[in-house]
Amino acid sequence: MLHLLLDLGTAKGGGAIGAGLAAIGAGIGIGLIGKGAVESIARQPEAVGDIRTNMLLTAALIEGVALFAVIAGLLAVVAK
Amino acid sequence: MVSGTFKSLLVLAFSLIIIFFSNTSFAQEKGAPAGKEAPSAFDAERDLLSHVKDAYEFHFFETGKIKAVLPLPVIVYSPGKGLSFFSSAKLEEGKEYDGYRIADNKIVAVDPSVKVYDFSLTRNVVQMFLALILLVWLFVSVGQKYARNGYKVAPSGAQGLLEPIIIFIRDEVGVPNLGKNTDKYMPYLLTVFFFILLNVLFALLPGSANVVGNIAFTGSLALIAFLVILFSSKGGYWKHMLWPPGVPFLVKVILIPIEIVSNLIVKPGALMIRLFANMIAGHIVILALIALIFIFGEMSSTVGWIFSPVSIAFSVFIYLIELLVAFIQSFIFTTLTAVFISQALEDSHGHDEHAPAVI
Repeated sequence: MLHLLLDLGTAKGGGAIGAGLAAIGAGIGIGLIGKGAVESIARQPEAVGDIRTNMLLTAALIEGVALFAVIAGLLAVVAK
Repeated sequence: MVSGTFKSLLVLAFSLIIIFFSNTSFAQEKGAPAGKEAPSAFDAERDLLSHVKDAYEFHFFETGKIKAVLPLPVIVYSPGKGLSFFSSAKLEEGKEYDGYRIADNKIVAVDPSVKVYDFSLTRNVVQMFLALILLVWLFVSVGQKYARNGYKVAPSGAQGLLEPIIIFIRDEVGVPNLGKNTDKYMPYLLTVFFFILLNVLFALLPGSANVVGNIAFTGSLALIAFLVILFSSKGGYWKHMLWPPGVPFLVKVILIPIEIVSNLIVKPGALMIRLFANMIAGHIVILALIALIFIFGEMSSTVGWIFSPVSIAFSVFIYLIELLVAFIQSFIFTTLTAVFISQALEDSHGHDEHAPAVI
């Protein structure tokens, strides 16, 4: 059992699972931003430009964090 | 009879002992034949990664007989031998030339104790120079047109392409964040935006180099942004960071290291990793979808052919998303740099009656 835990394959599997979990987090976060943005556009259609800019900015910040986790997963996968 | 919880604890303890002291054995597949594997086998990881890494040649395509490769000049300096300048075609396939050879995508000397300084024109460098030349030519010619005609003549030609984008950067990125200092930083913001954009757009062409998906490139851009922020920082910035006003002392003790690490390390680091990871993830997804064709083709030729339209359709879709991501990421880098510069420019006037400090 400990053998399985210490196997290199487990490290690679863990890395891949971590990257997938990060994708879930990013999806939920950006989905919430989209919801807020679309609702505010519905409330005030003339502010579309400002809302769109802020939406893209916040989405990119969240994606940045998710991609930190993807890089960590990638490092685990290419470990030797 | 023993109680229920004690029994459960016994079960738990015994299960753990049995699991940790058991032996797992794996069935062995047939041992790999000794010697070189068939050269036509498709090694997905190696071929995929070789497309996103730097190289000493432009590799366009390679069918059975034709190898469309553009070898680039190699410029190396080693203390004993001096400067050498030759084409990288002489070093292909592991050959040696002039005492140098390529090992693991780098140039090393055949004699391992010799230190090699590599100034070669690799494909990343050449593509950066091409983007640079295009950038300078485009903007200098548009600038001269404005200098000649002024603002009384309607814009035409390349002016029509660049003017909306420049005004967008000025009005959406510069003015909301920098206010009256916008004009001082516009040259830098425009350069960063268009340089990243041009490099990413070039990288979408087949056969080109992956410049922005290179951590050294984004690291240098983040370093330059960090230097710009440092050189434009005012006293208020450092004062707010090292002695946040409006919070009790114990909170200050916790807040000061967090602020220092966040402002000086994490923000530029995040700029670097965000751009790098977005670009390289996009490239790897496209390459992986196309590599799927070859992986299926290894199993059976028919399946490879049948799968091709599916894979190509997905690749086109992801390509379009890549295009959008290129614009968005260069805009984000520019905007965040502008935001950080504006944070650095704040002065210490009128901040003493704050509510709890905003990080």
